[in-house]
Amino acid sequence: MTIPADLKYTKDHEWVRIEGDIATFGISDHAQEALGDIVFVELPEIGRTIDAGEAYAVVESVKAVSDVYAPVAGEVIEVNEELEGEPEKVNSDAYGAGWIAKVKMSGETLELMSDDEYTTFLEE
Amino acid sequence: MINPDYKYSGTNGIQHEEPLLFEHAHEAPESISLPGVDGPLSDALLAFARKTPANIPGLSEPETVRHFVRLSQWNHGIETGFYPLGSCTMKYNPRVNEQVVRLPGLAHIHPDQPEDTAQGALELLYETQQWLGEISGLPYVTLQPAAGAHGELVGLMMIKAYLDARGESNRRKVLVPDSAHGTNPASAALCGMQTVELKSGADGRIDLDELKAHLDENTAALMMTNPNTAGAFESDIKEICQLVHDAGGMVYGDGANLNALVGVARPGDMGIDCLHINVHKTFSTPHGGGGPGGGPVAVNEALAPYLPVPRIVNNGDSYALVHSDENSIGPVLGSAGQIGVLLRANAYISAFGRQHLHQIAEDAVLNANYVLHRLKDRYHVPFEGLCKHECLLTDELQHSHGVKTLDIAKRLIDLGFHPMTVYFPLIVHGAMLIEPTETESRETLDAFCDAMLEIADQCEAGDTEMLHEAPVKPFRRRLDETQAARNPVLTWKEQ
Repeated sequence: MTIPADLKYTKDHEWVRIEGDIATFGISDHAQEALGDIVFVELPEIGRTIDAGEAYAVVESVKAVSDVYAPVAGEVIEVNEELEGEPEKVNSDAYGAGWIAKVKMSGETLELMSDDEYTTFLEE
Repeated sequence: MINPDYKYSGTNGIQHEEPLLFEHAHEAPESISLPGVDGPLSDALLAFARKTPANIPGLSEPETVRHFVRLSQWNHGIETGFYPLGSCTMKYNPRVNEQVVRLPGLAHIHPDQPEDTAQGALELLYETQQWLGEISGLPYVTLQPAAGAHGELVGLMMIKAYLDARGESNRRKVLVPDSAHGTNPASAALCGMQTVELKSGADGRIDLDELKAHLDENTAALMMTNPNTAGAFESDIKEICQLVHDAGGMVYGDGANLNALVGVARPGDMGIDCLHINVHKTFSTPHGGGGPGGGPVAVNEALAPYLPVPRIVNNGDSYALVHSDENSIGPVLGSAGQIGVLLRANAYISAFGRQHLHQIAEDAVLNANYVLHRLKDRYHVPFEGLCKHECLLTDELQHSHGVKTLDIAKRLIDLGFHPMTVYFPLIVHGAMLIEPTETESRETLDAFCDAMLEIADQCEAGDTEMLHEAPVKPFRRRLDETQAARNPVLTWKEQ
């Protein structure tokens, strides 16, 4: 299982990459493995304003349907439309081609963990 | 002494490959001989006549019968073997139920025939309604909802109507624990309400602080299942209901797990305001594969004015249907209820009677704890203590050998059993939820537990290849569930 050092993580196993005021969201390798084969990703609409901790997407696997929560607040500026046809990218490349949405940050954030803190969190 | 070769019921009967109906090779539907029409058809009717022949596969009657019987032989039902599907209460469907519903006066009845010609059926339905009210402790009952989820929607519609009548149309928030059946949030959404998820406590039960934190002036209801989907009784139920009521909300009870309580404890006495009862689960009517079900809803006095119409009432020595009431949410089915399902339930309740109904819950809970006791040292038990009517295990001990819940479930098919519910509830990883029900003998439970222990042995011995390939014995091997979900092919098309 991989946990890249350049990302931040939440207790609900989302990752966020912050570059300037743009944040990219996805779910962690641990999350995709626990969910199993992803069969559908419901993406948010572009322009939607989301609060930190708000459910902004839905990931459906063969086992379960799960809400995905926003690590930081902002306005959705881009979504990964490739996931509509190839949701398996979340499984095969959770931190790369499996990204879900990008937001323009508005400030508020959840409590975020570093890679080391997330590793410790998973061990607990 | 059972021959050891027959220890498990096995899955190796004679089975036949069978193409789809349309893949049968006949050119024309030679076997179908429809009667001609007497006299000329009117122009109005002819306007609807087909211009091209219907694409009906040309099968004879025996070929058609064999087609469906062969497909049924690939299946596993409660009448072919043990079916411990957690939260589904797959109990045996007694033959006497079938005798009752096939009585000509009941089998050939029509929902719209005059009431004075259907007094016997109305009396039985009224009796069923009153019994469900007494069993649930919620005396006002509608028999109309056609399934559990339909009952959820109807219950929430009544709660919404009640709140609106109080001028509290702001109350649209429905709290749902993260252990809930998926139908709960779906029903709330369909009813135009917003779902708020409550995180379960460390013991798998509702966390009172989490509940308090989410209760407010916009709360319409808490939807909960007791015992919950981890098979644990919500021991704080009185306080939970009090908190919700103090905040001005209602408590909706999901009756899917009523089998653990029937005849012993009553949801109405616990403070629950509204409960649907899955008669197809608790009261032994055939279900699975999409129906037929029955989801009567029982409510307290506050919600009673909003019950659907028609309502079945007793006017002294006769029975009638009341078709309108100013506060009612209206009809929710084309008739007063699915009579075949409701009468089977009546037969099951009658077979026990008031004095012995508690035997259902007691034996169901005993059987689940027996299974838990036999398996608890070899499978991880996420929540300690006695369970109610179902027991929850996980694949944690097998995971290090590279074996997952899905592999265990598939291997059970080889050993002659329907798998348990897998990956539900969502609050534990690799969940295996086992509900044996009260209708199984100790020998059947032992055979199932032996199979589970054999799988644990295989796992520890590193004999995992067989587990990953399972099932190897049935007619169809492991199906590609991912592909089926990503690219579902739901209709037949000529290539």
